[in-house]
Amino acid sequence: MSKLKLATVWLDGCSGCHMSFLDMDERLLELADLVDVVYSPLVDAKDYPEAVDIALIEGAVASVDDEKKIHKIRAHTKTLVAMGDCAITGNVPSMRNPIGPEAILNRAYVENASAQPQIPCVVVPKLLRTVRPIHEFVKVDVFLPGCPPSANTFHAALTALATSAPLDVAALTRFGA
Amino acid sequence: MTLEELELIVRSVRQENAAYDYEVNVCMDLACASQGAEKLRESLVAAGDASDKKIMVRRTGCMGPCSMGPLVRVDPDETLYSHVHASHAERIVQSLGDKPIPDLQCDLNEHFDKQVRVVLENAGYIDPERIDDYIARDGYKALLTALMEMTPYGVVHRITESGLRGRGGGGYPTGLKWGTVAKAGGDTKYVVCNGDEGDPGAFMDRSVMEGDPHRVIEGMAIAGYAVGASKGFIYVRAEYPVAVSRLTTAIREARRRGLLGNNLCGTTFNFDVEIRLGAGAFVCGEETALIASIEGRRGTPKPRPPYPAVSGLWGKPTLINNVETFANIPPIVRNGGKWFASMGSERSKGTKVFALTGKIKNTGLVEVPMGIKLREIIEVIGGGVSEGHTFKAVQTGGPSGGCIPAEMLDLGVSYDALLKVGSIMGSGGMIVMDDTSCMVNVARFFVEFCMTESCGKCIPCRAGTAQMYRLLSRICDGSATMDDLDMLEELCATVKETSLCGLGMTAPNPVLSTLKYFRNEYIEHIVHKRCPAGVCNIHAPAEVLA
Amino acid sequence: MSENVEVKTLTIDGHEVSARRGQTILEVARENNISIPTLCHLDGLTDVGACRLCLVEIAGVSKLLPSCVTTVYEGMEVHTDSERLQKHRRTILELLFTERNHICSVCVANGHCELQSLAQSQGLTHVRLPYRNPDLSVDASHERFTLDHNRCILCTRCVRVCAEIEGAHVWDVMGRGINSLIISDLHENWGASSCTRCGKCVQVCPTGALFDKSKVGSEHPKYPDFLPYLNLMRESQ
Repeated sequence: MSKLKLATVWLDGCSGCHMSFLDMDERLLELADLVDVVYSPLVDAKDYPEAVDIALIEGAVASVDDEKKIHKIRAHTKTLVAMGDCAITGNVPSMRNPIGPEAILNRAYVENASAQPQIPCVVVPKLLRTVRPIHEFVKVDVFLPGCPPSANTFHAALTALATSAPLDVAALTRFGA
Repeated sequence: MTLEELELIVRSVRQENAAYDYEVNVCMDLACASQGAEKLRESLVAAGDASDKKIMVRRTGCMGPCSMGPLVRVDPDETLYSHVHASHAERIVQSLGDKPIPDLQCDLNEHFDKQVRVVLENAGYIDPERIDDYIARDGYKALLTALMEMTPYGVVHRITESGLRGRGGGGYPTGLKWGTVAKAGGDTKYVVCNGDEGDPGAFMDRSVMEGDPHRVIEGMAIAGYAVGASKGFIYVRAEYPVAVSRLTTAIREARRRGLLGNNLCGTTFNFDVEIRLGAGAFVCGEETALIASIEGRRGTPKPRPPYPAVSGLWGKPTLINNVETFANIPPIVRNGGKWFASMGSERSKGTKVFALTGKIKNTGLVEVPMGIKLREIIEVIGGGVSEGHTFKAVQTGGPSGGCIPAEMLDLGVSYDALLKVGSIMGSGGMIVMDDTSCMVNVARFFVEFCMTESCGKCIPCRAGTAQMYRLLSRICDGSATMDDLDMLEELCATVKETSLCGLGMTAPNPVLSTLKYFRNEYIEHIVHKRCPAGVCNIHAPAEVLA
Repeated sequence: MSENVEVKTLTIDGHEVSARRGQTILEVARENNISIPTLCHLDGLTDVGACRLCLVEIAGVSKLLPSCVTTVYEGMEVHTDSERLQKHRRTILELLFTERNHICSVCVANGHCELQSLAQSQGLTHVRLPYRNPDLSVDASHERFTLDHNRCILCTRCVRVCAEIEGAHVWDVMGRGINSLIISDLHENWGASSCTRCGKCVQVCPTGALFDKSKVGSEHPKYPDFLPYLNLMRESQ
């Protein structure tokens, strides 16, 4: 049996989910028998592959870039997993929603800048008015809440997905876990 | 006061009226008043004084066809003039005893022929601030008859026999409710009149309270006698200052005549009425919230049971009926339950007052027998929609009701029939819509109303209506998907089935009924980004920070 | 306790159970280890039937009824966990999560929150409705406690405990509908209010809306169990 192609993606999040993923430690080797990591901040591939079996998405959709990416990922992925609270609820990144992006940009690039205060207009992608969970943009197949989901959650969930076994997410994790 | 004394008043008023050759009645209800009826009345009085004819100029309550106002009716010929201006006063006075003035006269025979006036029998015929006018038209005869000739049980029986059902919207059998309160134990009981009419487009109760306030008071006093209560409260919204002032005057007059107070008609029965003002919350029309408000607490509903009939105001058995329900009581007591039951349909007896508004020629107040076809109300009484437009739907029951499409116009108006098609009778608002109305936008309007009027106590109503509003706004601005529509339907089910009080339970009705009959309009907005009626401004939402 | 206790028998989810006359469905269910989710109910406070999570189905009754205020009757057949009820409960929880800014990961009540654990026990892994993200304030004017409106679910336990048990009635609800807000006194800062600093409201708050300033991170368990005990002690006096 050929191995499943696994991608992990980092949108607007703190990378904590990826850290927790790595916390699977030696169980990663076990997992490596089932999947190939074809795209991830942890590997070198620069372009999202044509056909991915499972994609773990960390982070919320906060910018035009994120929005473009998530649509592309959806188009090339069989099972899309929202990994962690940011992807599922907006979580900490969404705390800017009540006050709007202008206030955030001003605080970061103008008020607290010691030299040449200006809001960047190149390289840094434009922000969306509100930070929103990925399922508001694309269909999500599996939700793994947690901030971050624990290594045990990752292990149980990925093993179940790779082997098409039943998965009871609520028994494993919760918002904020 | 005894029946004989009442008869003396009737005779003296009739004698007084007979001294005049002509009675010129000027409608002073809100619609007419806002178009200069007061000035018109003054001009008529001045013109009358200047002439040698014996003319009585009377200010009356609502005559009905509000869009024709200011209205003047000249008796005894019953000539109706519409769109009358103060400058017409002299011509009207001159015309008395001669032919009517053709350019002012309006032909509304069809409009009135289909109507049956029970609740509105005095509207347009009496000065609401003169108790004698009311008495002269058989006012307070029912109360005295009940007190002198009937037992409390006999009164309840007569109401039960009449088949009258609550006119506030729910349609609970009035006799059954009275019987429950009458049987409830304890020596302190209350009668409450719900005058917190708040549906958009509804003004039946206001017109009754303003045009014939004694009718409501008499109905309440009869109820007090029947159920064993000696205290009544009329809960009126503060947005109805004229109604409050008319009722205040009426209560004072009734007390002065011994029709309210202690030992009415020499019996041991005491009954008095006080007014309580609502502070502008729609939810206070819900009976448990209304009770909380009268008690001086925050107007939020409570789970029922216990029902107010068992534990209401200050924990005492309380009879709560709507203004129109009480207004039906005196004629039922006077004429008998069978008389009332002879009007209307199988399970909805009597008549119903509707406030006809929207895209229709004759807007105003109408009273029709139950069972009448919607088509007759809209096309004959209402005169149909304006030229060049087609009728699309009629909304009944306000924010708790639904929209009924053109295919169903032959439906007979009754509690059960309206419920069956996804609407409700409600308190009597009837909003007519034509091809220029967008049904999604209409649904959004009502949901917005419920959202802003939700008291916030239970979650489904508080947050559910807010989410329904957001989803409907998305559909209106073209940013919704079909998934949003599914979510909207699911949300409607939860809000309907889990809300604490009637406000939340019925808030989804405008959405559900428009989805049932006008689903294509929703699809047009979502899939084709098009508003068929051209009402919604569909554009791509600006999500990106500029 | 009356010497003439009338006993009712009924079924809850198919189990035959007995109850005293006047008991609520919720009381009887819990006595028999049948769990019904609740948020606004708290043993020791009057019930308001507001959160609608404890709604149950009763055979022969078309409406769903709140088990916290519905009393039992002989032969009653109650269902507490049908698919329809589960669906409604999840939707209600979703509505709560979207209503205000419940960011569990940075909440002082994380791990000790009734809303959070209900979401888990009801199998809620995500919220399908859009978040409202309202701009709400935090009142940190009190020397010992903080009120964070972002976390408030308007269950009014604080209002009731303050009025009914402490007798101070500092808390109440202002505004209506989605704009309802818990306020102290006549909308003054909590620190400047007539608060007796007893802290009962903090202990009964099911979320992180009311918390003790001395607690940081997610180490704020709450102990609402003092209430029935306190009531019992008062009654016995």
